[in-house]
Amino acid sequence: MELLGQKPTRFGFGDGLVVLGERHSNVVVLGGDITGSVMTSLFKDKFPDRFFSIGIAEQNATTIAAGLALSGKIPFFASYGAFCALRNADQLRISVAYNEANVKIGGGHAGISVGPDGATHQVLEEVAFLRTLPHMTMIVPADYEEAKKATIAMGEMVGPAYIRFGRSPVPMFTTPDTPFELGKANVIKDGNDVALIASGALVWEAILASQELAKKGISARVINVHTIKPFDFATVTAAARECGAIVTAEEHQVHAGLGGAVAECTAKNAPVPIEFVGVKDSFGGSGEPEELMVKFGLTWKEIYASALVAMERRDKGSSGVRAIKDVPSYA
Amino acid sequence: MDVTTKQSLEFNATTFPNERRSPEGFLPIATEIRRDIIRMLVRAGSGHSGGPLGSADIFAVMYFGGYMRYRPEDMQWEGRDRFVLSAGHMAPVMYASLANAGCYPKEEQATLRKYNTRLQGHPGRDMHLPGIETSSGSLGQGISIAVGMAMADKLLDKNDRRVFCLTGDGELQEGSVWEAVMSASHFKLDNFCWIIDNNDCQIDGRVPDVMNVYPIVEKAQSFGCDVIVVEGHDYADLMRGFDRFLQNQANGTGKPTCIVAKTYMGHGVSFMNDKFEWHGKPPSKDQAVAALEELSSI
Ligand SMILES: Cc1ncc(C[n+]2csc(CCOP(=O)(O)OP(=O)(O)O)c2C)c(N)n1
Ligand SMILES: [Mg+2]
Repeated sequence: MELLGQKPTRFGFGDGLVVLGERHSNVVVLGGDITGSVMTSLFKDKFPDRFFSIGIAEQNATTIAAGLALSGKIPFFASYGAFCALRNADQLRISVAYNEANVKIGGGHAGISVGPDGATHQVLEEVAFLRTLPHMTMIVPADYEEAKKATIAMGEMVGPAYIRFGRSPVPMFTTPDTPFELGKANVIKDGNDVALIASGALVWEAILASQELAKKGISARVINVHTIKPFDFATVTAAARECGAIVTAEEHQVHAGLGGAVAECTAKNAPVPIEFVGVKDSFGGSGEPEELMVKFGLTWKEIYASALVAMERRDKGSSGVRAIKDVPSYA
Repeated sequence: MDVTTKQSLEFNATTFPNERRSPEGFLPIATEIRRDIIRMLVRAGSGHSGGPLGSADIFAVMYFGGYMRYRPEDMQWEGRDRFVLSAGHMAPVMYASLANAGCYPKEEQATLRKYNTRLQGHPGRDMHLPGIETSSGSLGQGISIAVGMAMADKLLDKNDRRVFCLTGDGELQEGSVWEAVMSASHFKLDNFCWIIDNNDCQIDGRVPDVMNVYPIVEKAQSFGCDVIVVEGHDYADLMRGFDRFLQNQANGTGKPTCIVAKTYMGHGVSFMNDKFEWHGKPPSKDQAVAALEELSSI
């Protein structure tokens, strides 16, 4: 797996939208007064007649989108994830998901890598919410190309969908030829000692961790779960059976996001020890993106260390059940 | 303060008392607030210049004209009046005001937006900077928090504390702002002073182009506010607005006061003046030097 440069995933969203605009005359975009940062400005410049500025009114924009969708349009609304996944949570639940309205949401500036803006803007909870909504498709692309493909795919499927993307540049490692199918996790490196299951920017960190593990003779399977919902139960269950130990990694609260989905899946189908890498039940804070990823423990180092713990728990037997005194207060 | 100190990118130790003063008395304070905004933002390398600079005169009058009662050395004093910055992205102007009032060390302004700072990119109550009453940054929420505070003061604790709240004008597009205003007049909160920073700018452009919120004055009136329109860079006019609020409270009019302050985004720095492009950008080093030079004649 080769590093092909760095680019923010939001660029993939912006470029994907333009492709959709060219292909489908019923794709329309709603702006929430941050069109430049979430790259809907590219669509706006190309298709001004199909762009509507709604202002700073995320609840209204989401519900207007539902009305447009119920009239045969394919509306995209994008803002910071903090405001277009949670501020409008009720609208997403009832007007969008319950209606099965063909609304597409682009949630930008996700995670702590937004940096200096601080906790209010660093959304770390929306994957948990969105994956519990019936009918919702929830995508967390790992790099620029994947974000572009995912945007096109969500525009061309029927039903509510949400894509999460980030502000800062992240490593690019997929190409236009890398397969992408909604709901199908990509096994990007084979291995049978431990499975590293990641999403978003943490996929690259998982790759780095697998390279370090290889130096110790440990072969890690690296899985990119770009679609959190519908969840790829088969690929994750197979990883649990064949590796017997799992680490999940995501730029999100450790609770109820990708790690939660993996835990639910394996607890039911193939219980194995899991270690969770993510933000540990705290809000973010101001700082530079790379600095914050280190402070909040979201680098390959934590994935590497967690892999050793997960394997040790497996090897100790009795499914690595922890002594009560060692049970942490969070995942 | 000599000109070199004023032009310096370093913070100085000057602070100002909060007292009744003549209109001219606010100019040096507002200018020092503006200089500190520039100093903080150039160090941070990110953040919002336009709104903070444009509202610096409002803050000078509100914090330094005897309208808000507080103790710089004890911002937890339970008799204090409270201020809520609903437009959380304007944090630098609130941080500079609190520093210039002596609520925390002025040099700490250098930490804006850095890891573990008390001066978070958007106000974070978890960091305990004296004078920060609530976290904010999700537009439209602060004003409801302020209404809740004013209800606690007037209806439950029955004291004479005041609650001030500043919103942007783009922020008025959030429908919940109007829910808050409706309840402020429903509950007859004449202890509540809502200031609108009416610079007619937001991120994507001029306010009426992004989503028209005008007419603001008639809207606020029809929601039950006593509305007063003031020139937001004219200290005598700003004082007129805040004096009206004090009278409304003293007379028990039962109406919240709404001060619509006509301002220019980026005011005080000519190359930023009235340009929405400066909503969310910091000055470069060269621009900061030029801005401080322009601000050093006062
Ligand atoms: C709920 C919410 N939506 C979007 C944003 C992003 N945002 C921050 S400031 C801003 C523009 C605010 O305009 P205005 O209130 O006029 O402030 P000004 O630009 O004049 O400083 C936007 C859209 C936000 N902080 N909160
Ligand atoms: Mg404005």
